[in-house]
Amino acid sequence: MKRYLPFLIVTVVAVMTVAGATVLYRAKRPTLSVVAKDRSPENPDAMHTLGPADAAVTIDEFGDFQCPPCGMLSEPLNQLAHDFPKLRIIFRNFPLVMHQHANEAALAAEAAGLQGHFWQMHDLLYREQVIWSKATDARGLFYAYASMIKCNVNRFKKDMASEQVGARIRTDQKEGSKLGVINTPTIFINNAAVPPASLNPKDLRAAVEEAMKGSKPTGKK
Amino acid sequence: MERTQTGMSTPSRATLIIYILTACIALVGVADATYLAVLAFTGETAVCGGSEGCFQVLGSAYAKIGRIPVAAFGVTAYFTVFASATFAAFGYRTARKILAITISLMFLYTLWLLSVQAFLLHAFCRYCLVSAAMVFLLTGLLVATPPAPRSSS
Repeated sequence: MKRYLPFLIVTVVAVMTVAGATVLYRAKRPTLSVVAKDRSPENPDAMHTLGPADAAVTIDEFGDFQCPPCGMLSEPLNQLAHDFPKLRIIFRNFPLVMHQHANEAALAAEAAGLQGHFWQMHDLLYREQVIWSKATDARGLFYAYASMIKCNVNRFKKDMASEQVGARIRTDQKEGSKLGVINTPTIFINNAAVPPASLNPKDLRAAVEEAMKGSKPTGKK
Repeated sequence: MERTQTGMSTPSRATLIIYILTACIALVGVADATYLAVLAFTGETAVCGGSEGCFQVLGSAYAKIGRIPVAAFGVTAYFTVFASATFAAFGYRTARKILAITISLMFLYTLWLLSVQAFLLHAFCRYCLVSAAMVFLLTGLLVATPPAPRSSS
C-alpha cells in the first residue's frame, strides 16, 4: 500500500487542482448577454454618445472612471471615433464598489453632462485618474475640473448631489447588471460582447474594422 | 541515517520533515498560481481587484510567454515541486533531483520577475510577491536538505 501512496496523494491533489480551477473559471467567466435593442428604455436621455445616430457600428462601453484599464482605453476609443466617421460610441457608468472615488467621479461626469460637458469631463477624469484616485478630497478636485471645462460650478455642485444624477448612474448600473456586466471595461460592438482578452487598442481597432466590413446601420437614437 | 536500496532511500526524520514542508508550501504556490492563471484566462487580470500595481504587472507583456500566461507555467512548476517532494518523502531518489532542478529554475525565474517588477514596470503585484516568497522558502528548504546518501547497489 505504501508503495502506491505517493501516486495516490499526487493524483488526488492534481484532481483537486483541476476541479478547483474549473469551478473558479466558471465563476469568473464573463457570461454576457447581448445589449437589448431598445437601450435604456427607462431613461434614454442618460445615454452619452459620440458619433452619428445612424452609425454603421456602435460601441457600447460600461466604464468606471477609477479603473486603470478603462483609462487606458479611453484615448484609443476617442481615436477610433475620430478615425471612423460611421462609428458611434456609447458610454455608460458602471462604478465598481471597490473603487473609493468611482461613484463620485461618475456623479461628476453626469453633472457636467447636464451642462453639455459630459465628454470633456469624461476625458479629463481619465487623463487625471492617477491624481484624483489617490486624493483624500476627490470631490474638491472634481469641482476644479468643472471650472476648467467652463461649467457653472455652483450648479455643478448642486447637480452632483441631485437625485436626477444619481438615478442616471443607477439606471446604467441596472442595465449593466442585467447584461451580466461584472467588470470594467465591458465593451459591446454591435451588441456583441468583446472578449476580455481583446480589450486592447489593437484588437478593438481590428474588431471595429471587421464590423465595418459587413455592417448595417445600428443607430437607434 | 538513511537506509538505501536501488532507486530508493528512506529519508531521515529531518529530511522527511523538510519534504513535507516543501510539499505544503508548494500547495500554497499551486493555489496562488492557479488563481492567477484563471484570472488571466478569463481576462479578469485587466481588473485585478482594483489594485493598480497588480494591473500594471499582470497586464504587461512580461506576464505572458507567447500566448500562455506565466501563471500557468507557475502551476506546472509548483505542482512538479509538490509531486517530487511527495515522492522524495517516500524515498524516491530521482524525485530529489527533479525537486532540486525545479526549485533552482523557479528561483532564477523569480529573480528575473522581481527585477522586471522593480526596474522595468516600477510596480509590484501582491500575488506575484506571495509567489516569490513561496519560492524563496522552497529554496531555503532545498538548501537545508541534507545530501542524499550514495546508493549501495
